Amino acid sequence: MTDFLQYLGQSTRISFAKLGRASYFLLEILAGVLSLFARPRLLLKQLYSVGVLSFLIITISGLFVGMVLSLQGYYTLSDFGAEESLGVMVAASLVRELGPVVSGLLFAGRAGSALTAEIGLMKATEQLSGMEMMAVDPIRRIITPRFVAGLISMPLLAALFSAVGIIGGQLVGCGLLSVDEGAFWSQMQAGIDFKDDIINGVIKSLVFGFVSSWIALFEGYDAIPTSEGVSRATTRTVVNSAFSILGLDFILTALMFGEH
Amino acid sequence: MDNRVTPPNSLVSVRNLSFSRGSTKIFDNISLDFERGKITAIMGPSGTGKTTLLKLIGGQLFPDQGTISVDGENVHQLRRAELYNLRKRLGMLFQSGALLTDMNVYDNVAFPLREHTHLPESMIRTLVLMKLQAVGLRGARNLMPNELSGGMARRIALARAIALDPMIILYDEPFTGQDPISMGILVHLIKSLNSTLGLTSIIVSHDVHDTSAIADYIYVLSGGKIVGQGTPQEIQQSDSEWVQQFMTGAADGPVHFHYPAKDYVDDLLSSGKRY
Amino acid sequence: MQHTSTQDTFVGLFVASGIIGLFFLAMQVSNLSSFASEDSYTITARFENSGGLKIKSPVSAAGVKIGRVTDISFDPKSYESIVKMSINSKYNTLPDDTTASIFTAGLLGEQYVNLDAGGSETPLKNNGKIEITQSAIILEKALGQFLFKSAEEKK
Repeated sequence: MTDFLQYLGQSTRISFAKLGRASYFLLEILAGVLSLFARPRLLLKQLYSVGVLSFLIITISGLFVGMVLSLQGYYTLSDFGAEESLGVMVAASLVRELGPVVSGLLFAGRAGSALTAEIGLMKATEQLSGMEMMAVDPIRRIITPRFVAGLISMPLLAALFSAVGIIGGQLVGCGLLSVDEGAFWSQMQAGIDFKDDIINGVIKSLVFGFVSSWIALFEGYDAIPTSEGVSRATTRTVVNSAFSILGLDFILTALMFGEH
Repeated sequence: MDNRVTPPNSLVSVRNLSFSRGSTKIFDNISLDFERGKITAIMGPSGTGKTTLLKLIGGQLFPDQGTISVDGENVHQLRRAELYNLRKRLGMLFQSGALLTDMNVYDNVAFPLREHTHLPESMIRTLVLMKLQAVGLRGARNLMPNELSGGMARRIALARAIALDPMIILYDEPFTGQDPISMGILVHLIKSLNSTLGLTSIIVSHDVHDTSAIADYIYVLSGGKIVGQGTPQEIQQSDSEWVQQFMTGAADGPVHFHYPAKDYVDDLLSSGKRY
Repeated sequence: MQHTSTQDTFVGLFVASGIIGLFFLAMQVSNLSSFASEDSYTITARFENSGGLKIKSPVSAAGVKIGRVTDISFDPKSYESIVKMSINSKYNTLPDDTTASIFTAGLLGEQYVNLDAGGSETPLKNNGKIEITQSAIILEKALGQFLFKSAEEKK
């Protein structure tokens, strides 16, 4: 029993210490954001590896998610004779929830794990330490551009995911199934509010981009510099990002859509 | 060690340094001096914290006690910007080379120049080619780090370390894992860079033969203490049993062949428990 | 340098397609295109009870959505609810004897304001008032009355 309590106490202390390091790390990242404007090429390179390389997985997943939503929604809605609402159903699910959340999860799996592995290996091969000895701040030079790239990419990816998903839903709903195309779009436009739905979706994806980039970069930077340490850190990135995205999604949804 | 007077020619001086990691004491109140323009070697078996000493000098780690001053400045009392300025005058050669893997050899050597100077690209090109020429790898400028052999990577890293014309170069195990030819090249390079560029070199190594060939002064560390110091000749003739074992490489001596363990017979006969 | 320029192109394409996606969501998917760009005028109506009407509830005429509720406040003198509505300027021919009623879309759907045009020749102007109103039907009240009545009848 005392062993268990001791273990509990120890692990709580370790978690808080880690959170403390992570917060300090975040402050250091943010402190470097301004100086990044002087060197936009660093950001461009990271936008490529974080954003462009996630493009394909996001658009293809978005297309399929939209198609499945349309198919599933059609069968449920047709029981109530409300097939015309398919458009608003697909669009609302994508714009409010699935767009930001699924693209956030895919982003953590595709870009986040890659970031952790990259930073972790740079640490293991003494590249970060080497930079410090060359009087180059690795957080400013390596971490901040990646963080900002994640922050910019995520809303764009989520918007792409939703847009492609809605097109996929329309293809299935109006092409394969017999929903009227005019009703599909008009119901959608009547039911989706620009500020409440679209802007809130963008805010969600910004938050998810912020959190998952932070987690990914911190896990890499904090990794034990061995192959096992880096592999564990990569796993932790995916798991912690997923938990954070889903938990934050609940909180944000309650805050944004709760008052109606 | 005592609070001895710093020799006038000392560029880096370490005073009463103590450092521990967890419960293990890595340095226990040691003092060392590294003279300007000389090659000073720190030797000792693996795991005696030689790399740690270099990180302490570079300000990457903080000592528990004692001071380290480089060119008159106390490394651990400097503010961040001042520390970074000091580091521009320090070159460090990592054991692994620590080349940035996402850029080629040319860009790696150009890296410190691009980060710290606003020189035009044509000037950087000239400087990079000069540094690469000095280590004999001007022809390899377009290779990526993963295409280099270990010895070449270390030479490139050396070219990068001297890119900003530092006053001190810290070498972390420069000879480990090198074939005899690369080893010869590195020994020659360290020696010639030191004399032609007027550098001060600090070498951390456990390679007795080659290090004594180029070092002007040697400290031998063990168990967090200095067990021997002097010129290579003095060290060779040291009457310390420990130093003799280290220099000749005898399998057993004051440093035991066996890792501390309980009695062999007891251990074999005690059945049942896994450990 | 060839390598970086293709990279730049890809980043450019990525950012452009993301912005197109956002633009698509804003203009094609949401209601932004139908309101934000067009002018509107405000009219006010007083209801005895505005029920479950909310800000942004739709305002429709003959089943067509022509505007939305922008403000609901309580008048402490007349004890009435003052509902402000913003109506698309396209529909500026509503007569001044228009009737406003609060309806519910379906049995359990959201409440909206329905405008029934009268026969007057003069149209409603900006900040005009609708005089004839019909309050929301409060389901609990209606049910209570119905139960009360049926209990009376049984006696």
